[in-house]
Amino acid sequence: MSDKLLVSTRKGLFTVARKAGSWDISGVDFLGDNVTLTLTDSRNGRSYAALDLGHFGVKLHRSTATGWEEIAVPTYPPKPEGYEEKDMWGRELNWSTAKIWALATGGPDEPGTIWCGTLPGGLFRSNDHGRSWEMMRSLWDHPKRKQWMGGGADLPGIHSICVDPHNSKRVWVAVSTGGIWHTEDGGASWVQRGDGMRAEYVPPELAHDPIAQDVHCLVQCRAAPDRMWVQHHNGIFVSSDEGKTFTEITDVEPSVFGFAVVVHPREPDTAWFVPEIKDEKRIPREGKLAVTRTRDGGKSFEVLTKGLPQTHAYDVVYRHALALDEAGDRLAFGSTTGGLWVSENQGDGWACVTHTLPPIYAVRFA
Amino acid sequence: MAKVVFTPNVQRHVGCPTAEAGGTTVREVLEKVFAANPQARSYVLDDQSALRRHIAIFVDGQMIRDRAHLGDAVKDSSTIHVFQALSGG
Repeated sequence: MSDKLLVSTRKGLFTVARKAGSWDISGVDFLGDNVTLTLTDSRNGRSYAALDLGHFGVKLHRSTATGWEEIAVPTYPPKPEGYEEKDMWGRELNWSTAKIWALATGGPDEPGTIWCGTLPGGLFRSNDHGRSWEMMRSLWDHPKRKQWMGGGADLPGIHSICVDPHNSKRVWVAVSTGGIWHTEDGGASWVQRGDGMRAEYVPPELAHDPIAQDVHCLVQCRAAPDRMWVQHHNGIFVSSDEGKTFTEITDVEPSVFGFAVVVHPREPDTAWFVPEIKDEKRIPREGKLAVTRTRDGGKSFEVLTKGLPQTHAYDVVYRHALALDEAGDRLAFGSTTGGLWVSENQGDGWACVTHTLPPIYAVRFA
Repeated sequence: MAKVVFTPNVQRHVGCPTAEAGGTTVREVLEKVFAANPQARSYVLDDQSALRRHIAIFVDGQMIRDRAHLGDAVKDSSTIHVFQALSGG
């Protein structure tokens, strides 16, 4: 069980700790700065924090025995002289890290490996705990990469990275918007995955094109990696063959729209979502904040509301702001309106830690 | 040698003391300053070594225009100010 949360917000990184059965803010770092994501490496206890300093760019920090140190940030290669690449507005696409949108550890046989997904679409790997980064040119140079489009942001970006728990060379990444991509060889080559997903925001002939899919979040069951869950712009999808094919889950109350999904580490049929009205409004239905949970692979869902506000709640929960601890019992999520809730019983009941934080971008157990 | 003055707002992230360096363009001067203070580089320039979108540079009171190549001319007596642009909010 984890007793500690790292909460990334628009105005700092908050540490929330469990003490005497209660969760409280125990510390804050980078106060005033925009912290977009953290990763805690369970192999060595080190934490990483991604900052977006606006004027001064994206930065990455790593925890030390006494605090934090700035480390290298993934950097795009020089754009070849005369090479032109436009974004969807016809503007020159800048090959420069605009956001760190995914951080994941490599496998147990790669102790220094960290994966990092960015906007405008670059995937990077560090083999030395973040001291240096190498861009996966095989994916960046893939001819279909130029078909990726903005989704959650103006620029396309990689927001989900899943490393096969049994084979570190097998990795899946998800792109908003560009679907799911998979490597069998540690990133030397990539293929598109994700047949069966469906997009309503493109003409019908493109609706099932895997590259048109706006995956909001992709997760993989650690004990049963065949099982993947997707929260998609158009709903919930589940795969039982490592993401090769997906089945759409429909008729989920109160909504199939959302950003976040987590899957139980040992029970592939158990997953949680935070539903919102799709998709122009993006608020909880009727102002009632809820988490949905399936325990049977998506055949049925429970709506979990105990301890969550049920009147005039307009909390939006972003894709990295729902977390499940490694034991699979404790959940936490944070909202754009600064609310933070924790459950110690798989979502049956929730306790509000605070509702006055800055906008929350990511919640992670540490 | 030209004098380079950095916005006080960057100082809490990375130390950028006022520096002096020779050169005939903004690029030449800044590259020398960053050679001595490499951590400051990414706070001012992006991955393609262009000026970050919301950074403004003034040479003797004139905002530079060549944000990609930093080719604006610099005199030995020039003062270069590296500021936050208001456009960044």
